[in-house]
Amino acid sequence: MSEPTTATQTSPATGSFEPRIVAFFCNWCTYTAADMAGVSRMKYAPNIRVIRLMCSGRLDPQFVMAAFAKGADGVLIGGCHPGDCHYVEGNYKALRRVTLLKRMLADLGIEEDRFRLEWISASEGDKVKHVVNDMVEKVRALGPLDLPGKHKDWDKEMEELEAHVNHSQKEIPAHVH
Amino acid sequence: MKHRIGVYVCHCGTNIASMVDVKAVAEYAATLPGVVLARDYKYMCSDPGQELIKDDIKSHKLDRIVVAACSPLLHEHTFRNATAQGGINPYFFQMVNIREHDAWVHTDRAAATEKAKELVRAAVHRVPFHKPLEKKEVRIRPEVLVVGGGIAGIHAALTLANAGKKVYLVEREPTIGGHMAKFDKTFPTLDCAACILTPKMSTVKTHPNITLWTYSDVIKVDGFVGNYKVTVRRNPRYVIEDLCVGCSECIAACVFKEGKFPDEFNLGLGKRKPIYLPFPQATPLVAVIDPDVCLQLKTGKCKKTCVEACGERKAIDFEQEPEIQEIEVGTIILATGFKIFDAKRIPYYGYGTYPGVYTSLEVERLVNASGPTGGELVLRNGQKPKSVAIVHCVGSRDENTNKYCSRVCCMYSLKLAHLVKERTGAEVYNFYIDMRTPGKSFEEFYSKVSGEGVHMIRGKVADVYLENPADKNGRLIVQAEDTLLNMIRKVPVDMVVLGVGLEAHADANDVRRMFNISCSNEGWFLERHPKLAPVNTFTDGIFLAGCCQGPKDIPDTVAQAGAAAAEAMALIDAGSIELEPNTAFVVEEECSGCKTCIPMCPYTAISRNEEKKIAVINEALCKGCGTCVAACPSGAIKQNLFDDEEVFEEINGVLSHV
Repeated sequence: MSEPTTATQTSPATGSFEPRIVAFFCNWCTYTAADMAGVSRMKYAPNIRVIRLMCSGRLDPQFVMAAFAKGADGVLIGGCHPGDCHYVEGNYKALRRVTLLKRMLADLGIEEDRFRLEWISASEGDKVKHVVNDMVEKVRALGPLDLPGKHKDWDKEMEELEAHVNHSQKEIPAHVH
Repeated sequence: MKHRIGVYVCHCGTNIASMVDVKAVAEYAATLPGVVLARDYKYMCSDPGQELIKDDIKSHKLDRIVVAACSPLLHEHTFRNATAQGGINPYFFQMVNIREHDAWVHTDRAAATEKAKELVRAAVHRVPFHKPLEKKEVRIRPEVLVVGGGIAGIHAALTLANAGKKVYLVEREPTIGGHMAKFDKTFPTLDCAACILTPKMSTVKTHPNITLWTYSDVIKVDGFVGNYKVTVRRNPRYVIEDLCVGCSECIAACVFKEGKFPDEFNLGLGKRKPIYLPFPQATPLVAVIDPDVCLQLKTGKCKKTCVEACGERKAIDFEQEPEIQEIEVGTIILATGFKIFDAKRIPYYGYGTYPGVYTSLEVERLVNASGPTGGELVLRNGQKPKSVAIVHCVGSRDENTNKYCSRVCCMYSLKLAHLVKERTGAEVYNFYIDMRTPGKSFEEFYSKVSGEGVHMIRGKVADVYLENPADKNGRLIVQAEDTLLNMIRKVPVDMVVLGVGLEAHADANDVRRMFNISCSNEGWFLERHPKLAPVNTFTDGIFLAGCCQGPKDIPDTVAQAGAAAAEAMALIDAGSIELEPNTAFVVEEECSGCKTCIPMCPYTAISRNEEKKIAVINEALCKGCGTCVAACPSGAIKQNLFDDEEVFEEINGVLSHV
């Protein structure tokens, strides 16, 4: 498998920053809604890549972390409206996980607009369009997240710190240990 | 192990190819690791397209297949079959949606092509991790529940029952018949609604394969295709159904000498007593007592002359309680119908304000021989109208109410125009926006009614007001812009008939939640596919018939009810259904026995093996949502088709630039 690169995507036409958004849509509501948007020939920004899950309850927070770590500028979760889950209550589980995850992402310095949960029912093709367009605009305004790039900076910082610690340890007399 | 992946990119005619450079996508796919062959083809779902896959598997020893085409919800099944016929496990396949999610929704060819490449790359990353799986089968119980006893439910129930299937028909009103029982004549043939409906109603009652429960509500639905557990509440009618013979002696004997309360069947145009029969052909023909107005039930102080009249039959039981029935069925047909648009929502039409304004359904009752006036069309003031305006599109094709066309109003308005003319000789004015008569013999019917001298005015009615504001019972002025004459028309009439549209029931949302199906924004139940699966829902084993799915006329309703019955029978006669093998399972050696997963499962499919101190998933109960998989802190639960490594690879795939 090829290694992900850290290059941010730019539009070939304008050269401007094009955000890359990974979406996790539940099979029964939001994925179907996106199909309906297609069937209705609604037009929305091409920056989104949808990964189908059976239920938003399947959303492992690690999927979100992995997407950001591999270079996503935004992550969108789509599930059935509260009370409408095909599996009774998977969307409530997703809501809880997303709520906790949002706090964590904030601590990591990932802006709130980069991570979004939306309830979109099977008939709401137009909502898919509006949510995607709105999110693309907001993330475009934030600019690239470039977490892989930041990882490198952090690694460098850690290396310097380590070198500093190693250096100072040499100056500590052996009997202290 | 090194995999041999075949990638197929579909043009879908020009559907995909016009926005995505399919050749470039295939060429790109060929460069991806593991891909030994990548092709583009005009129609992958066609026989030659599928043959390509089968032949390539054999001649190129492919062990994984990726098809980039339409939505997996449409053709995943097709390509899995082709994969299996090529000689490898059908689940060694991954579908990429570059039509609905790409070509159809984007306008920049370069960006759409780039997106297609990335989505294909994700599938190529993912598919090597696919595991060989066995199809999962469940048995289908032969019993069917039909919800709603209008013409749709009646027809579906009879079709199934005649085929030897056991049917439970549940209706919330005291009688079956639905809206159709209220109509006088039906368009365009003008056959009498009762004459064609009531024989079917009595067959339902006497059919040995049908259990008919009226005045009953479905209150709970558990289970899944093949094995639904349904709880029905039978509401007390205070008359024992098995003992009542429908003789009406109790009604005659009631302490109320005259009807005093609005009669629901006649939409309040007539009056009934606290004990009543909804209408003469009510099925079952069993009296009902309205607990809100019956003296005995309200105050406990009544001479109970009804009980006296019933005598030895002892059918009246004031102590009756709701009765809960639990049934098991394999399939369910929803035929819950519609409600008519509430004309009061358009105040300038004056419904509920001016006595001369009626809804179309009220006029159906007024022209009906068993209606409150015995079929004589008279106004509330007792006079025959000399001029009548019929307003089309009330609550339809209007941004302020409902945008959709209710499909039946033009035709029933023409029918009412004909009936009004026939019964009263009045001048009749039909105000329409567009005359919509697309159906067998519909346009001919329009010509016939036009020929009878009914005035057709092309214009949306803007206002209805009193000719003389002091005389509330006087004539009304109907004002509209005649768009053919390009002038404002103000037509004085004695009676205004509002051609009200059809709407979803107010509780459609509660009903669909109970049955775990979806609704359109307007509240109509959503079919699985508008063209190819019009009576199926997204929930296997639940089918739709009639107006609960959208406005339609009686012929279409009956056709759809037959189709729903056929779909249910197809499942029953097959005996079993294949389900997605996307169930979860516990990797025993990884499970720490922490019990986190147990409360996650909405189907109580997870239990704890106390001996081994680990979680166990009952595969038969698991529906494959994957909630427990995401919750397991030690990663001990895996889900077929959506396992962690498969999803992680898909994430890597969309984000990696090769």
